Amino acid sequence: MGVPMNRIKWLLPLLYILFVLLPIYWLLNMSFKTTNEILGSFTLWPDQFTLQNYRTIFTDPTWYVGYLNTLAYVLANTAISLAVALPAAYAFSRYRFLGDKHLFFWLLSNRMAPPAVFALPFFQLYSAIGLFDTHIAVALAHCLFNVPLAVWILEGFMSGVPKELDETAFVDGYSFPRFFFRIFIPTIAAGIGVAAFFCFMFSWVELLLAKTLTAVAAKPIAATMTRTASTSGYELGLLSAAGALTIVPGALVIYFVRNYIAKGFALGRV
Amino acid sequence: MTRSGLELRGVELRVDGQVHIHRTDVALAPQGFNILLGPTLAGKTTLMRLMAGLLKPTAGEVWFHGRNVTAVPVRARGVAMVYQQFINYGHQSVYENIASPLRVARASRAEIKARVGRIAELLQLSPLLDRRPAELSGGQQQRTALARALVKDAGLVLLDEPLANLDYKLREALRDELPRLFADRDCTVVYATTEPGEALLLGGHTATVHEGRVTQFGATSTVYRRPVDLLAARAFSDPPMNSAPVVKRGGNFELGGVTAWPAQRALAGLADGPYTVGLRPHRVQPLAGGATGAVTVEGRVAIAEISGSESVVHFDLHGSTWVSQSHGVHAFDVGTMAAFSLDVSRALYFAPDGRCVGSAED
Repeated sequence: MGVPMNRIKWLLPLLYILFVLLPIYWLLNMSFKTTNEILGSFTLWPDQFTLQNYRTIFTDPTWYVGYLNTLAYVLANTAISLAVALPAAYAFSRYRFLGDKHLFFWLLSNRMAPPAVFALPFFQLYSAIGLFDTHIAVALAHCLFNVPLAVWILEGFMSGVPKELDETAFVDGYSFPRFFFRIFIPTIAAGIGVAAFFCFMFSWVELLLAKTLTAVAAKPIAATMTRTASTSGYELGLLSAAGALTIVPGALVIYFVRNYIAKGFALGRV
Repeated sequence: MTRSGLELRGVELRVDGQVHIHRTDVALAPQGFNILLGPTLAGKTTLMRLMAGLLKPTAGEVWFHGRNVTAVPVRARGVAMVYQQFINYGHQSVYENIASPLRVARASRAEIKARVGRIAELLQLSPLLDRRPAELSGGQQQRTALARALVKDAGLVLLDEPLANLDYKLREALRDELPRLFADRDCTVVYATTEPGEALLLGGHTATVHEGRVTQFGATSTVYRRPVDLLAARAFSDPPMNSAPVVKRGGNFELGGVTAWPAQRALAGLADGPYTVGLRPHRVQPLAGGATGAVTVEGRVAIAEISGSESVVHFDLHGSTWVSQSHGVHAFDVGTMAAFSLDVSRALYFAPDGRCVGSAED
């Protein structure tokens, strides 16, 4: 009785992990094949292993510039979101003011609106003021979703810090800015890491606004992928390699903040 | 010339129309301990925040060393504060924690090193200077907070129940050290506590606080011996002081119409009428096997607790609950009648409005 039970114990998670990882494996598998092999036969691993797809992406500007564009607006957005959310979250966590609870909820409700709703107004607005097809346009548009999220996450972490810490610093002679940057930010570094991670991820995977607000100069990698697919036939191998590469930054960031995210879950803010 | 310490002049605090601190006039002793004694939520911490300047009074002024500091922001006041929670800067080492007030005050590197070293030695933190606060025990964390408060030689040191979150052993050890730490320091120390025993051990002056009101301020022994009213007397007694209605008739106090004792000395001059007698629990002693005391009463045992070498018995007498606290282990069966001796030579008497009108020791 004991032996089959033990087998099932590791069998079930194993099956689940295989099921989850299968598409990712298939993506990697395809990315090391030629387009002909992908279309011509069904193989579980590459028959003619090739790095040509990756080579193309790293050498052809139409490809790698897409990554640079995406990175540019994602990083800009993360920086702006945090810069705006840190003081806001501090205010929500430390002060009582008229309508604070309503404002906090309203901020969060911004996240409930689908991005498509905002695509047209943003397009019109940015075209009118000459921001269309710039990195900052996408970065600002993504703030609409990321600032409320960052405020929400940071407020949770900040409220976990007793306000006596602030008072102790003031009693010790710290000015507010000095306290905020020297004491408070290091104290909630974990929360800032988690908030940065979520801003990064949402901005990285958001496609609709990024595509609507850019044409050539700030075209994100996802747009490059879809447009290439429709004009120069189905370059499936190349697309797979591009897809595999888009996973990398997220995986890296997750690796670095994995411990903090657990803390965020414990606070109920992630 | 004796320097004045911290003074609250007509200080009052209202938040959203609710009175948190009633009009308070108090001039703290410039040297030694000033104890704020009162139950949780009595307003001790709020009073301290007002003293530190973390809160602005709605009305009144805060004076320090003969100067009105009401409008001076907290960082310019030269105060230090230690909280009940262990508050330290978690991302800094113990050394950096202690050095931080000096760094903010732009002290020289050599001076910081010397002063941190001295204070760390005093608080037995020297071997731990490289650690982070999270790697220390509760007692060591609180020592770090104390060191940070002491290192800058503030004129006013506020200690808000600094020992409350420590376990019993550590609390006793640190409490014994406290008077020594402040012995040769030129500063006003304010120490909030809920425990009357702590106030008596630390000596100095005591202010009893009750529901946002300072009910009495004076030398600790005076406040203990001669409380001005029932509230101050209750604050300064643990377990709570026994109080019961008595009637003075002729030359006697009558308790419940059956027990009576003579009103002696100054008490004889009190007008006849109703009073409240106050008797601390250790002045009520159990009587064994038919013995009688000066004033003997019989009550029905409600609760009997034995803790260590001490027995605490709650009993009902003429409709009020009395508490007796005695040394040694005395076993009582709940529900039975037992005899107790009241040491009325140490009793306090209060008028119906709560004012203390006399003590048997007068």
